[in-house]
Amino acid sequence: MSVLVFAELENGQVKKSSIEAIYYGALVAKATQSTAKVLAIGASNSDTLSQLGNWGASEVLWLQETWDSAQIAAYAHALADAVAQEQSAFVIVAKSVLGDAVAASVAAKHKAALATNVVALPDHAAGVTVKRSIYTGKAFATVKLHTAVKVLSIKKNAVTPEANAGVAEVKHWQPSSNAANTGIKLVATHKASSTVALPEADLVVSAGRGLKGPENWGIVEDLAKALGAATACSKPVSDLNWRPHHEHVGQTGLKVAPNLYIACGISGAIQHLAGVNSSKVIVVINKDPEAPFFKAADYGIVGDVFEVLPRLTKALQ
Amino acid sequence: MKILVCISNVPDTTAKISFSDGDTKFNKSGVQFICGPYDDYALSRAVELKEEHGGTVTVLNVGEADADPVIRKCLAIGADDAIRVDAEPSDSYFVAQQIAHIAQQEKYDLILMGRESLDFNSGVVHGLVGEMLGIPAVSPVMHLTIAGNTASLTREIEGGKQEIEATLPLVLGCQEPIAEWKIPSMRGIVSARTKPLKVVAPTGEALSTVEKYALPPAKGAVKMIPVEQVESLVDLLRNEAKVL
Ligand SMILES: Cc1cc2nc3c(=O)[nH]c(=O)nc-3n(C[C@H](O)[C@H](O)[C@H](O)COP(=O)(O)OP(=O)(O)OC[C@H]3O[C@@H](n4cnc5c(N)ncnc54)[C@H](O)[C@@H]3O)c2cc1C
Ligand SMILES: Nc1ncnc2c1ncn2[C@@H]1O[C@H](COP(=O)(O)O)[C@@H](O)[C@H]1O
Repeated sequence: MSVLVFAELENGQVKKSSIEAIYYGALVAKATQSTAKVLAIGASNSDTLSQLGNWGASEVLWLQETWDSAQIAAYAHALADAVAQEQSAFVIVAKSVLGDAVAASVAAKHKAALATNVVALPDHAAGVTVKRSIYTGKAFATVKLHTAVKVLSIKKNAVTPEANAGVAEVKHWQPSSNAANTGIKLVATHKASSTVALPEADLVVSAGRGLKGPENWGIVEDLAKALGAATACSKPVSDLNWRPHHEHVGQTGLKVAPNLYIACGISGAIQHLAGVNSSKVIVVINKDPEAPFFKAADYGIVGDVFEVLPRLTKALQ
Repeated sequence: MKILVCISNVPDTTAKISFSDGDTKFNKSGVQFICGPYDDYALSRAVELKEEHGGTVTVLNVGEADADPVIRKCLAIGADDAIRVDAEPSDSYFVAQQIAHIAQQEKYDLILMGRESLDFNSGVVHGLVGEMLGIPAVSPVMHLTIAGNTASLTREIEGGKQEIEATLPLVLGCQEPIAEWKIPSMRGIVSARTKPLKVVAPTGEALSTVEKYALPPAKGAVKMIPVEQVESLVDLLRNEAKVL
């Protein structure tokens, strides 16, 4: 028996969201008297991977392949194979484009119950239940998983990792067979060279149509830089091409769960709130005291963004 | 080209969510149901592809009879026929199983879905169906063109996008700006009344069940900071909220 965590690597390092998944997996292993193992696929080094012991991993299965993230079938084939070899009762992934796709494939291969957007550790009191976020953050469901293998995709902040000195054993690992070629060909990848990735960011500065035009984003970026925050925007802003689509948060955009979300010149429509309502602390800056966003805020400032943002940036420097 | 579009029947984006029967059931009273916004993108692109390449668009829903008005609306937008698997869509695996079962009988070149449903937001039905059928699933797709047997698509990834080439058949989870949402025309609404809507029985079982629902704790009151004291926010975030 084991808990198997799928870790995503980026530039040789384990992604922050995967660290959360590993820590989560280690706590599940502790509660079920088993061990937490990690499957890491990609270029890295033994030192980096052995440090995953600090987050509770006892063993890292390292598959040194450099597949692009469009090769979902190859990742899923390897993970499903490791699940069988390790007789894993739980498979844990961190929510991401690749993570959810791999989780779905592995669940189908093993006929395993699957829960995504999981926000807390499983409850073992009567069978296994997990709490997941539904209705775009407007509610939660406690779901009972009825199969021997259970696949969980966890949402950001499901646990708060705390490091404990430990060393994981790193093993070079290979699946027992190769995945069939699915004919998926990656032609090109376009990635913004932004400093802080929005899905993983702890701090987010977001702006809406109140900014009036793309030429005014300097004050948003300055504040984000002073904080070390990622930038986001409302849907009309990306529809108008003021900002790239992947920055748009909300019902039809990215769902974020930072510790701090600062909304500048955003009215707070219910569809926008759906993407940010899992944030720990929300600050709203809007010149209209009646803006609906204030109802969802922890701190509010009624004021003009063109005056407030530069003053905040200065106060931080 | 034969296209299957899978749609979910979900509460409107502005709906107030509440539960009944001791928090074990979604309270449908006073809630307007719509076709999932992402599923709407999938349907709109499917109708465009049909106009461009010929073929048929079939709409599929796993749901109870109260989904029929939404299914009719999809027919009015331009789908040719519809199938409803008569069952409560209890978990993703169950829904995927129904879709895969139907797709095994009818060979579709494309199975289009939304990137995620608005109620359960699982974002996994396309991945499950792809695996069950042994064909690739890609999501979330922002652009899609078809030439012969090849699909050229763009999908969003964290912080950017990927251009991908793939061979049909495929399962795709769609999002904007893959197409503009279509509004049914008067003619579409009239013709939708006579288009076939087949109701079939489900197969298999769910692997998970919802035991209980809950609403998030109510938000505390907002602390307003006078604009003259903007700078004090920094201190509050550091020492009171402790997020910096
Ligand atoms: C099905 C559906 C899905 C949707 N999905 C999303 C989604 O995912 N994300 C999303 O964001 N929206 C979404 N929307 C749109 C949403 O309903 C709103 O239209 C949108 O969020 C409004 O964006 P905004 O607040 O930037 O612009 P506006 O509503 O125009 O608000 C601008 C705000 O800026 C303030 N302002 C103006 N000037 C200043 C100034 N100088 N200083 C300070 N404040 C100022 C104004 O008081 C106002 O409150 C969706 C809508 C639908 C129907
Ligand atoms: N009950 C359903 N009937 C038909 N298709 C569905 C149903 N539920 C979800 N889907 C499709 O699967 C996609 C992903 O849903 P989900 O995995 O629940 O987020 C949706 O956007 C729909 O296209």
